[in-house]
Amino acid sequence: MDIDVIISDKPLDIMACVGQVTRPNAGGIDVFIGTVRDATQGKAVLRLEFEAYQSMAIREMRRIAEQAFAKWPVHAIAIHHRTGVLQIGEVAVVIAVSAAHRAAAFEACRFAIDTLKQMVPIWKKEVFEDGEVWVAAHP
Amino acid sequence: MHINILAFGIAKEICGGSTLQVEVPDHATAGELKQLLTEQYPRLGGLSSFLLAVNEAFAAPDTPLSARDEVAIIPPVSGG
Repeated sequence: MDIDVIISDKPLDIMACVGQVTRPNAGGIDVFIGTVRDATQGKAVLRLEFEAYQSMAIREMRRIAEQAFAKWPVHAIAIHHRTGVLQIGEVAVVIAVSAAHRAAAFEACRFAIDTLKQMVPIWKKEVFEDGEVWVAAHP
Repeated sequence: MHINILAFGIAKEICGGSTLQVEVPDHATAGELKQLLTEQYPRLGGLSSFLLAVNEAFAAPDTPLSARDEVAIIPPVSGG
């Protein structure tokens, strides 16, 4: 299985992620780019801080890619996630999936980001003008 | 036995550091450790949920622990 997984505290290179899955036998590449939004529930966000349990997060991201390979006929999957302090508009995650036909690429890419958000041990803290909150920590 | 525990995200703030040591009975399970941690750090019980990972995999409550395991407190994840 052709899987590329990265966690980095340096800015992510979107085209490098796409390059990881570019194949001559691919008819399409689906890319999801997660970026830092300037507000949550109407409240202005100054920046985000991402923390990862790096070794386990790498394992879980790889497992998600393996599950996607089992479900859809895809050629290659790259999942790159950023850690550290991110400003508004910066790229937090890039997922690229190549396949012979677009349906598999779209579905596998959506599965990868949805499952990453549920399973991968990475946490983000939203920093506001008047305080900070670990996202999803409390009911 | 002593168990070394890693804490991340809000668990790091609740437990007062990114590593902690907890004394558990020999042959304790992940579920028993979780119970013990919730008693020692009641604010963990106020989270939406939290899980334990043992050796970089999510642990079921009946997962047995040994002193050499790497255990981590996993509060609700929020990557992406």
